Amino acid sequence: MILWSLIVIPLVAAPLAWWAESRSRHAPRWIAIGALALDLVFALLVWSQDRSLLASGDGRWLLESSAAWIPRWGITLHLGLDGLSLVLIVLTAFLGLMAVVSSWTEIQERVGFFHFNLLAVLGGVVGVFLALDLFVFFLFWELMLVPMYLLIALWGHENRRYSSFKFFLFTQAGSLFLLIAIVALAVLHRETAGRLSFDYADLLAMVIAPQTAGWLLLGFFLGFAVKLPAVPFHTWLPDAHTDAPTGGSVILAGLLLKTGAYGLLRFTIPLFPEAAADFAPVAMALGATGILYGAALAFAQTDFKRLVAYSSIAHLGFALLGIFAMTGLALQGAVMQLVAHGISTGALFMLAGALQERLHTRDMRRMGGLWAVVPRMAALTLFFAVASLGLPGLANFIGEFLVLFGSFEGHPVFTVLAATGMVAAAIYALALLQRSFFGRPADERRLPDLSRLAFASLLAMAVVQVWLGWYPSPVLKTTEPAVQLLLRERTQAAFIIPDSSVPAHSSRERQ
Amino acid sequence: MLKLLWLIPALPMAGFLLLALLGDRFTRRHVAWVGVGSVGAAAMINGLVAVGFVRVLPDVTSYTQTLWTWVETSGMATGIAFHLDALSVVMTLVITGVGFLIHLYSTEYIIDTGKAGVSAPAGPEGDNDEGYRRFFAYMNLFVASMLTLVLADNLLLLYLGWEGVGICSYLLIGFWYREPENGAAAQKAFIVTRIGDTGFAIGLFALFASFKTLSIQQVQTLAAESWPVGSGIAIAVAALLLAGAVGKSAQLPLQVWLPDAMAGPTPVSALIHAATMVTAGVYLIARMHVLFSLAPPVHDAVAVIGVLTLLLAGCSALVQRDIKRVLAYSTISQIGYMFLALGVGAWSAALFHFVTHACFKALLFLAAGAVILSLHHEQNIFRMGGLRRHSPVTFWTFLIGASALAGMPLITAGFYSKDWILWEAWSAPLGGPWLWAGGALGALLTGLYSFRLVFRVFFGDVRTKPHGHPGPAMSIPLIVLALLSLGAGVLELPRTLGDSPLFSQFLSSALPQLEPTVDSLVPSEGVLQLAVTLLSLLGIGLAAAFFLPARGAVEHVANTAWGRALRMFWLEGWGFDRLYEVLAVRPWRRLTRDAEDAIDAWYDGLAESLRRFHVSLSRTQNGNLRWYAATVGLGALVLVGFFAF
Amino acid sequence: MLATHALVLAMLLFGLGLIGLLVRRNVLYMLLSIEVMLNGASLAFIAAGSRWAQPDGQVMFLFILTLAAAEVSVALGIVLQVYYRFRTLDADAFSLMKG
Repeated sequence: MILWSLIVIPLVAAPLAWWAESRSRHAPRWIAIGALALDLVFALLVWSQDRSLLASGDGRWLLESSAAWIPRWGITLHLGLDGLSLVLIVLTAFLGLMAVVSSWTEIQERVGFFHFNLLAVLGGVVGVFLALDLFVFFLFWELMLVPMYLLIALWGHENRRYSSFKFFLFTQAGSLFLLIAIVALAVLHRETAGRLSFDYADLLAMVIAPQTAGWLLLGFFLGFAVKLPAVPFHTWLPDAHTDAPTGGSVILAGLLLKTGAYGLLRFTIPLFPEAAADFAPVAMALGATGILYGAALAFAQTDFKRLVAYSSIAHLGFALLGIFAMTGLALQGAVMQLVAHGISTGALFMLAGALQERLHTRDMRRMGGLWAVVPRMAALTLFFAVASLGLPGLANFIGEFLVLFGSFEGHPVFTVLAATGMVAAAIYALALLQRSFFGRPADERRLPDLSRLAFASLLAMAVVQVWLGWYPSPVLKTTEPAVQLLLRERTQAAFIIPDSSVPAHSSRERQ
Repeated sequence: MLKLLWLIPALPMAGFLLLALLGDRFTRRHVAWVGVGSVGAAAMINGLVAVGFVRVLPDVTSYTQTLWTWVETSGMATGIAFHLDALSVVMTLVITGVGFLIHLYSTEYIIDTGKAGVSAPAGPEGDNDEGYRRFFAYMNLFVASMLTLVLADNLLLLYLGWEGVGICSYLLIGFWYREPENGAAAQKAFIVTRIGDTGFAIGLFALFASFKTLSIQQVQTLAAESWPVGSGIAIAVAALLLAGAVGKSAQLPLQVWLPDAMAGPTPVSALIHAATMVTAGVYLIARMHVLFSLAPPVHDAVAVIGVLTLLLAGCSALVQRDIKRVLAYSTISQIGYMFLALGVGAWSAALFHFVTHACFKALLFLAAGAVILSLHHEQNIFRMGGLRRHSPVTFWTFLIGASALAGMPLITAGFYSKDWILWEAWSAPLGGPWLWAGGALGALLTGLYSFRLVFRVFFGDVRTKPHGHPGPAMSIPLIVLALLSLGAGVLELPRTLGDSPLFSQFLSSALPQLEPTVDSLVPSEGVLQLAVTLLSLLGIGLAAAFFLPARGAVEHVANTAWGRALRMFWLEGWGFDRLYEVLAVRPWRRLTRDAEDAIDAWYDGLAESLRRFHVSLSRTQNGNLRWYAATVGLGALVLVGFFAF
Repeated sequence: MLATHALVLAMLLFGLGLIGLLVRRNVLYMLLSIEVMLNGASLAFIAAGSRWAQPDGQVMFLFILTLAAAEVSVALGIVLQVYYRFRTLDADAFSLMKG
């Protein structure tokens, strides 16, 4: 029940927010804040209650709920929550709140419809993190897409039509492959077990011939890699981010990209463990390429938001690397990186939005010397920029380093390549600071510093960064059982199919 | 008393948080109290802890305090844990002690500099107080990070401190952020050191992959057990750690950032770029000495890097015009001595030189700061002169610092530490006459450039008119450091002069001590000491001959074609900057010149070809009714034909 | 036998109508040609209906008759409007709806 309420709360609040616009201009904002706060409270409640369950680590799902929907096609309304989804849902509610706050002054037109779309996206994201029926999953997957498209197309900046369309086309093309693979899986299930099924558990138990598994894996990977985004499917991201309104950027970077990584973790690897192992070098190469390519292009940008967008590609390259390294540490690092990136990049986008509101430009060639003008904003940008270059003591460091520690043993070459990305990250993060806040001011104008609300919310994000950087155990402990289960299933699957070409890994990795 | 250990890094951290979060309500006095007080309190607690440690010493050689688990998952278990042994006691005492003195000095120094335009012209927050607060916040954060670095029980926490000091160094070099050059210097410092840090990090990955632990003690025990001496993995890991050390300590080939780092305020140069942070590499090698002993080629490389660096930097120091750049090159050179000592296995000698160097180099920087301040921020030594009479405190303390740097025999601490290093450089099993000769030549250079500075700045005619005198907050640290620069030598007196090895006895619980080789080829200690002493004195004498007011000889040499070319070459630090410009900076700029995404061009091409296809298809839809009718008819025929046959 | 002859006639009618539709440029003639084609189709239905003794053929004939009447009334209205606007009945002249 609580699972459904996590999804339903934002989805019900969405039309309510739209309607409430006629009452008062700020009503939609408060409704959105109320709904997301409720969601956050629910998620935290689950987190605090299920400590014991988490510690034991034998139950697969902390909470599960299932109801028949279209039995003829084997579709059930099957939701399940484990540590991985829990952490990501908490992140969703938290960043959703931040997105509402960051649009407080920026969005003045069609406020109700804006929040309708915002809440609809968030409902879709929560649904994606919970769905255990592939059909339902795909439903939520598409539900995220259209409102996000509208957010960019209606409230975006200069190039919004081009960017929103590009975003839609890329993700929809990826979704097509995903859909084909999902349907093919269901049909395969009918061939082996006699009935269609989209259910996760059914499909996990199914034995798939290696060649078929390879093709299906490719379909899943394409669908999720576009969303992640992995090089070379990333080019929608800089455009979408640049033209999205601040709240849209926060959600896009903080959450939508995470659904891609979640899809890889939840579906791609468990469903096709051997094929994934065969595919791992390719995926890791893409991850390492993304780290370096994203960093180099980030440095080349003159647009504040584009720089941050390309840095996202680099950060998610670490996540991709960690996911396909398939060791406990690397997977834990990848999850940590998802959370950390959501916060650091979300905050940087909020700061970019605040700057744009004041300067009416994102062009860093027209900034410079802003430290003296807006010291709070400058200090926070400094904080989140060094977080994104992976300074120890902040969350991104834990994510990146766990990924690298976890990948080194099996794949030293990719790890070393990825590690050189740390130098590149320093170069672009410091360039961002130097170009916008240091140096001589372009003119002697006075600008208002961050509002109380914005300052408080950014400070909250900074606190989370520091908390996760110095004491990441709560998150690591929560996701540990899910990660361990994933590894266990992988190794068990290797025994089911005798002719699998999975190389024998050291026993240490499996513990 | 050992239980108070956690407070040592926690206090400066608390000072930082207080200044960063609530500092906008503080007045300057409050800021100074918090900034200096937190480090002072840490120094006092450090003293207590050190006393407690010495009391339990023979029985207990180390003390570990775990505060909480940090990263504990999937086979990795690291804690926020501090490890106290003789080595970290020495390090923390220097950091908090010298750090406190430099903080005290800064309260006065930064006030004056504030008027010279630290901060914005009255932003919304008010006047220069923002800069004052920012300075002390960064300095406190630095001290906290540095203490974390030397107290860390595991390598991950050490890396945290390692990067933390790096970012503080970046922030403080770029403290006067309005000048783009300062920003460039700050970025250069961070990025160049991060290249080394990345090597260090890869070394950590390899260590963890081998031993599944990052605890410094365990890693070394396990390595000693399972890696044979000279094995490939040991060499690789030691080389990677060396990369980190070389970057942080500004040794060849990553030394290029330190001279530029002088763009920061002078107390920063004293604390970070002379006394503490740049010696982190020395600490790392001493801390991981077991690994280096397992990798003889890398261990030898440490000594060779040390000697080369100390000679190169010594030559560069000889021709610099900026007073702070002379001191920066001399720092590089002195750390080269420490590397030399580490490279021959004389761990304690390296640490001893670290201690004395922290005192006299901090002293030199602070005194130089007083000079710079009194000359309206003039840093060019050719526009200085005759300051001897104007400010005796500055002159005498600077003279003491320079004497210690030059190794003035018997009365300065620098003599004892350098002498020890050079003795070991020849007599130790890993040493040899060539290493000794390099170090001895360096001693000559050191005497030459340090007294060149003294004669140029304090003797001769007054070229820029000085004003103001250092107040008590600046004078007291100068005098205390001067006394330390003179007296710290008694900690370790060589066999020939008193034979009182207090320092090495203290460190013997943490670092292995060298047994002097009985080798007839090695001259006696007294002979070597005499040789080095004579060389140092020769350097000072040459400096007097060249640079005292009645000079002239040096101009003749320097103005020949060869002399000028050599001077330019040394002035630019042996062309390393230019080399890296060609090898790294320019290719990177060329690579990132274009903000357009090359992959996106491919997608644009796809979109364009689809658009063309669509245009050509839509041409068939020409609006002609009869054409449509004909195609419908034809289509029907085709369908009929298709189904009929 | 009768059915075969009728079907051949229907085919001829349909073909003539189609040729008329394609070669005439005047819209009115084109409409006439369509009527001829419809009649061809109707004839085929009737012939087939009588051949297999099914009433459906006649039902379809009535249906086509109605359809043709409706079509003509709508088409003539459009033709009238087109003539007002373009002052010609040449079908090739109104080709504004291009892709």
